[in-house]
Formats: sequence, C-alpha cells, structure tokens
Amino acid sequence: MTANCPECEAEITLAKPIRGEIVVCPDCGVELEVTSESPLAFDLAPEEEEDWGE
Amino acid sequence: MKLAVLYSRVRAEEKLLFDALDARGVAYDKIDDREVIFDLHNPAPWREYGVVLERCINHSRALNALKILNDWGVPTVNTAFVADICGSKLLTSTALVRDGVPTTRIKVAFTPESALQAIEELGYPVILKPAVGSWGRLLSKVNDREAAEAILEHKETLGSYHHSIFYIQEYIRKPGRDIRAFVIGDETVGAIYRDSSHWITNTARGGKASGCPVTPELNRICVAAVKAVGGGIVGVDLLEDPDRGLLINEVNYTIEFRNSITTTGVDIPQRILDYVLAVARGEIKVI
Repeated sequence: MTANCPECEAEITLAKPIRGEIVVCPDCGVELEVTSESPLAFDLAPEEEEDWGE
Repeated sequence: MKLAVLYSRVRAEEKLLFDALDARGVAYDKIDDREVIFDLHNPAPWREYGVVLERCINHSRALNALKILNDWGVPTVNTAFVADICGSKLLTSTALVRDGVPTTRIKVAFTPESALQAIEELGYPVILKPAVGSWGRLLSKVNDREAAEAILEHKETLGSYHHSIFYIQEYIRKPGRDIRAFVIGDETVGAIYRDSSHWITNTARGGKASGCPVTPELNRICVAAVKAVGGGIVGVDLLEDPDRGLLINEVNYTIEFRNSITTTGVDIPQRILDYVLAVARGEIKVI
C-alpha cells in the first residue's frame, strides 16, 4: 500500500502497515506515524517528550 | 484467556511482540494509550485480561495506567511498583543500596548549594542526571567547579521542579563501554556491550552493540538488582569499574531490544511472551 509523506509528499509504500507504527520517510527523513492501514495514511509522529524512554 | 498490549507507538519492539503473539495464536487486544479511558468504577472490561503487557513510551502514562490496573487486581508486566522504582534513578539507587547490590556512589541534594557541596565531596568529574529521564537525555559530565555552578544554576532556573532534585553520580572510568543485560524473572537471558567513544553509551545515542557473555557473576548481580526493584522484565545497565568490578548503573522497565536479538542470539520477544503468558496462567504472581 502506498501513501504520501505529509511533509515532502514522497510516495511511501508499506507491505504490512500497522496503525500506530512509526516509519521514517526515505526522502526527507521525518518520522511518520501510520494513522490508517487501509487506505494507508500517515501523519507526523509525535515529538519526543521529557518522560519518554525505557 | 485474552491479553492486552498497552502501547504508545508501534516501534520495532511492538511489531516483534505482535508477531510473536500472532505466531503463538494468542488472543490479544492492542490498546493505544492516547485513546484509553479508565473508568475507575468500572474495572470489568479490564478484568477480562489475564495480563496487560505495558509498552508505553511515556513513563507517566505507564505508571498511572499500571497503578489503576494493579489496584483493580489486573496482573501487569511490569507492575506499577516496578515502574515507579525504575522510572526514577533515585528510587532505583536507594532500592539497590538497601539490598546491598553493588552500584555506583550516589549523592542526592535539593538545592544548588548543597548539590555543589555534594559534588565536591564526590570529587570531579561527576555525572548529573535527571532523576526521571531516559535515552541519555540531559546527562551532564561535570569536570570542574565552574561547570558545576553553571549547570546547577541552569537546572534550577530553566528546568521544571524535578530538575532541582539533584541526583549526583560518581564518574566510573569504564573501558569505553557499558553492559546492557536483559533479565526476565530470575534469569539473565542475554547481554550486550555498548561501545562508544563518547561517555554516554546508550544505543539510542549511537553506542554500538556487541555480544557480552552472561557470566555467573553478571547473572547474580543482575538478578539481585531485579529483585531489589520488584522483579519482572527489565534491562539492567552495568558499568565495569577497574577496581570494584561490575556496578549497577540503571534499571529500565520497558525494554528496547531491537538491536539485541541478533547480537545476543536470544529470541527476546519469545522469552518475554513466555514470562507474560506464565503470569496470565497464574504460574507467576506479580500482584
């Protein structure tokens, strides 16, 4: 499945997308989150917050 | 018996865990912590889960969700108790010292003045860390008094209140690497060296992973550390001191392992599921 990067509009293809999955746009390098599996859709991934971690 | 996986983002680790659950044919729900609502007077939907595997990226969300679930009697991996201890370097250190687990020297102070005194008592260099924080963020190696004064002032002025809980750690002259050990229950299942020319060796910060043998000594100290923080599945960070040997540095409770499966040769997601399913079956009591 294919969708466009919301930042640079590059076409990104994922074989088995999972909602919530984080991918990196191969063109502009921005982190994207899969917001819909079918049809495939991306949004910019949330920015790192202070209490993020292991 | 159904499981739930509570998560924030589907990272490589979550995908590996979902794949492992699918491969075993385990029924489970994926629950995004951004959408979750806990009705404190209605635990019934959550009590249907034999166990909730916590994979949140936000410590605060993880801790509060786990506390609610555990108070409802829902078993979780890890528990709120473990998340509370491991989420704070200060609480981790005091638990380790209480149980006599070898760890670095730590001093805690609450004002810049007393923190400066504590730093000078330890001797330069020292490491200043936020008591709550991860991935090597905002760590400071303080080499002299001028740097100490500047950093303490910045932390007090620019940071939120918890940056004024000064957690001061002696600097260990480690051999250009640290150790990350993966502990599941009462066994150290694998370990990696994290090599870096930088004093911060987190793989999140570019440290390179290579295999580290799990010696009986490493296993013993790691299992003691896990017991001190309440048990479960954790990532133990250790430093090799030239004189004192292995010292526990930190204990992490929502482990990242994508770089460590090939390196250790251990199928970490399957090992995690072995433990989680044993909790679901009641063979391991966590609460």
